[in-house]
Amino acid sequence: MRRLACLLLLLPAAALADERRSGSTYMSAETQAMQKDDTANPGMLWVQDGAALWSRKPAADKKACADCHGDAAASMKGVAARYPAFDAEQGRPVDLATRINLCREKHQQAAPFAAESESLLGLSAWLGLQSRGLPISPDPDPRSEPFREAGRRLYEQRMGQLNFACAQCHDDNAGKRLAGSVIPQAHPTGYPIYRLEWQGMGSLQRRLRNCMTGVRAEPFAYGAPEMVELELFLMSRAAGMTVETPGVRP
Amino acid sequence: MKFLPETVLALALLAGGAQAQVVVGDGIPQPLTETAGDPARGRAIVASRQRGLCLLCHTGPFPEERFQGNLAPTLAGAGSRSTPAQLRLRLVDPRRLNPDSIMPPYFSTEGLTRVGANWVAKTVLTAQEIEDVIAFLSTLRE
Ligand code: HEC
Ligand code: HEC
Ligand code: HEC
Repeated sequence: MRRLACLLLLLPAAALADERRSGSTYMSAETQAMQKDDTANPGMLWVQDGAALWSRKPAADKKACADCHGDAAASMKGVAARYPAFDAEQGRPVDLATRINLCREKHQQAAPFAAESESLLGLSAWLGLQSRGLPISPDPDPRSEPFREAGRRLYEQRMGQLNFACAQCHDDNAGKRLAGSVIPQAHPTGYPIYRLEWQGMGSLQRRLRNCMTGVRAEPFAYGAPEMVELELFLMSRAAGMTVETPGVRP
Repeated sequence: MKFLPETVLALALLAGGAQAQVVVGDGIPQPLTETAGDPARGRAIVASRQRGLCLLCHTGPFPEERFQGNLAPTLAGAGSRSTPAQLRLRLVDPRRLNPDSIMPPYFSTEGLTRVGANWVAKTVLTAQEIEDVIAFLSTLRE
């Protein structure tokens, strides 16, 4: 009896459940099917490039990623689901793209990949795939906390000539239509994504820059501290949601 | 004679929309420009995704526009619900009616943050465009 009462008490909470929705759930059935089917998902082409890069030495006398990290399916499982993560050397959280480039420079003595380059997107998608199906698990390091809070403040701050905060669209008006587009809840579940409109792959930061330009704000640069803070906040907001990388968007 | 250029400049600034916008009650009774608004130009501004952006949020009587937003009430009947003075304040700076409004300030750069380089110190619409939009909205009657 007591057990039953407990269960009943728990029920409403479960029914209230989670009102969070991945951006993919707002897409047409065809686009959802394209994302789900690895043979149709164009993002898998970048994943394949990333896999090839993973095992390729940048120069004959240098190590490949795989030489140090081994089988990505084991060593990189859950890593993308946790980034941005605090880096003691940098004294701040770094995003996954920066982490990849730190290895390029520190451990491969090679030039960092440019932001949004096919190589960087490929490796990011390849690492993202190793977390596909896992819950987003934001960096638990307490040193990340002030950066996450800074991200929240940015998310709530109005900006640009049109004077919009991210929260005014993605919290207050999610699910409504801004002209032809449904406003999603802005969960970073599928990045990097293949976007049909871009005819290519793009990072979460490219998406955020699009939103900022949309409200006629000066977008943060790729890898800028503010970008990482926003990413960190978005990942916490999406904690527990499932990683879908590589996502497809219209 | 010596001060003439300055005088001319000051007059030009006034005519260009630098006129003080005096808020009376819930409106701005005084037009922003000398030239009366043109409803046809106003309609084009309202329907344009680049100029007015209104249909990002509003719906309205624009059968040719397939994509209209649903973040805001319809513009149909706007001219019956509000006087030109009320429409003027609503467009110049909706924050003065409702600080939390998501409607952009179309003729104020006050208190904006991180405005993009292309838009710094510019208002979304010019004074004359505001008057054109008011002239158009005033024709939308129920
Ligand atoms: C004026 C409304 C608006 C504002 C303000 C805005 N966005 Fe967006 N955002 C959108 C829309 C609409 C989309 C979907 C675009 C599409 O489908 O073409 C989107 C997409 C996104 C996505 C992608 C979600 C997915 O499922 O792929 C993220 C993440 C995001 N926005 C974050 C932000 C952040 C962070 C800010 C503030 C810096 C912001 N947005 C500001 C309207 C907005
Ligand atoms: C010479 C060995 C070496 C090579 C080559 C190397 N890494 Fe690393 N990697 C490390 C070490 C060591 C760390 C731990 C952090 C540190 O000390 O930099 C690390 C950390 C990482 C992490 C973070 C893992 C976590 O759990 O937070 C990622 C992701 C990563 N590397 C990806 C790559 C990629 C992608 C490449 C190839 C472009 C690469 N690494 C090449 C040694 C290497
Ligand atoms: C970003 C969204 C957005 C945009 C863009 C926008 N509005 Fe609005 N508008 C609103 C909202 C929301 C309201 C409801 C009142 C409020 O919250 O301020 C509103 C209210 C109004 C009203 C008063 C409603 C009534 O009772 O009739 C008028 C008139 C109006 N808007 C005209 C315009 C015109 C004209 C444009 C383009 C020049 C425009 N709006 C652009 C969001 C917007």
